[in-house]
Amino acid sequence: MFDWIAGLAAWELLALEPPGWGGVLLKGLAVSLQVAVGGYLLGFLIGVGGATGKLYGGPILRDILDVYTTLVRAVPELVLILLLYYAGTDALNQIMILFGAERVDISGLAAGIFVIGVVQGAYQTEVLRGAFKAVPHGETEAARAYGMSPLQVLRRITLPGMLPHAVPGLSNLWLIATKDTALLAVVGVAELTLVTRQAGGTTKSYFLFFCAAGLLYLMVTLLSNVVIRRIERYARRGMPTVR
Amino acid sequence: MSSPQPGARTGAAVSKPAVEVADLRKKFGDLEVLKGVSLTAGNGDVVAIIGGSGSGKSTLLRCINMLELPTSGAISIQGETIEMKPDGRDGLRPANAAQLRRIRTRLAMVFQSFNLWQHMTVLGNVIEAPVQVMGVPRDEAIARAEKLLERVGLSDKRDVYPAFLSGGQQQRAAIARALAVEPEVMLFDEPTSALDPELVGEVLAVIADLAREGRTMLLVTHEMKFAREVANHVVFLADGVIEEEGPPDLVYSAPKSERLRKFLATVE
Repeated sequence: MFDWIAGLAAWELLALEPPGWGGVLLKGLAVSLQVAVGGYLLGFLIGVGGATGKLYGGPILRDILDVYTTLVRAVPELVLILLLYYAGTDALNQIMILFGAERVDISGLAAGIFVIGVVQGAYQTEVLRGAFKAVPHGETEAARAYGMSPLQVLRRITLPGMLPHAVPGLSNLWLIATKDTALLAVVGVAELTLVTRQAGGTTKSYFLFFCAAGLLYLMVTLLSNVVIRRIERYARRGMPTVR
Repeated sequence: MSSPQPGARTGAAVSKPAVEVADLRKKFGDLEVLKGVSLTAGNGDVVAIIGGSGSGKSTLLRCINMLELPTSGAISIQGETIEMKPDGRDGLRPANAAQLRRIRTRLAMVFQSFNLWQHMTVLGNVIEAPVQVMGVPRDEAIARAEKLLERVGLSDKRDVYPAFLSGGQQQRAAIARALAVEPEVMLFDEPTSALDPELVGEVLAVIADLAREGRTMLLVTHEMKFAREVANHVVFLADGVIEEEGPPDLVYSAPKSERLRKFLATVE
């Protein structure tokens, strides 16, 4: 009775070695993960900086950050990716030429990480800003009263104190980052979705390859969930569970 | 508002007072909360600061460790004046961050709402400042913390997070945290005001115990009876000035000012 499923696909096409496309898919997944991890980390750096700037910065810095988070969150990500990728590389090359340098080819991977990082940074800024504000004022005050330097207060009190409030939002953003990488297919980054389309186009086994890619994305999410649950349990260690 | 030094106080004869507050003023915007307060506490003194709400008593205490920055005036701890400079807007700010941090480790504050660090266990809270700020080796800090927890009756709670404790237990943990830095002066900012009535006693017992062993303490409180028992000097603050001060028996049984008489009548 499962004959039709078995017959649906030529399973040997998933073999790791050519003529199978399995290896290509896994390489695409590796690129996707590189972009996701790189973009997420870049976004985290922007987010910590952005949140601190929004909370403690001067009026001009706050306005600039407001423009950044509003614009990035208002424009569809696909448009942003096209804009930042083409306009970004073009602008970079114009600048290079201006300084008398040669045109450079920007690697799709680096551009992808940059684009995802800028998008993630805007969202993470807002998640982290909320989490910073959720740390009770009295806790940082006590830290100062016991002689901690501002950096110690940040490292020992504020960051661990805001973690439980940041983890749900940050985990969401991580899962979104893993899937936003698929948008980079439109600018030719050889990530999982692009290579899947190539494999399907070449072999005409679209169903097989898109199911395989879907499963790979699912595996990433399931594994992420395991890690996220651990981080969350650790972050919430001092909080009574609400049932 | 200068006032005569009461000669009966235990440590007053020592050359360098534990805490000296000189003509302290504090404005919040247009509102002047402290209008020139001068106060001296000798080593071993227990000074109770009383007064109605809005009288500036918490602000006064918070200015001593610069959690609140005064508009003018000076604070000295054991004769060392905290270095301040103008903040460019008609107030003061610390001129020497390292000096302020060092002085803060010699003071220990106990807050109205405990302010324990929620992501650390009780033990973690107690060893945090000694290990991170004062550089005490971890083993040593833990050994000392265990003795302190035993003293405040929380030995069995050392690995519990603050959110799982009652208010009274949290405040006792906060007192252990304060003792862990081996402070020269302890500052209590209404330590029992956030507690349920039945939990007040256990915290007051710990504070009274500390007073008996001769610790220098400044205590802002609403517990009039308690202040009379433990303090050897009472300061009555009204509208940002010291209206009256002296030994507790005198202040309580023979108040000179009309306002203090009224205040005592309302709280008793």
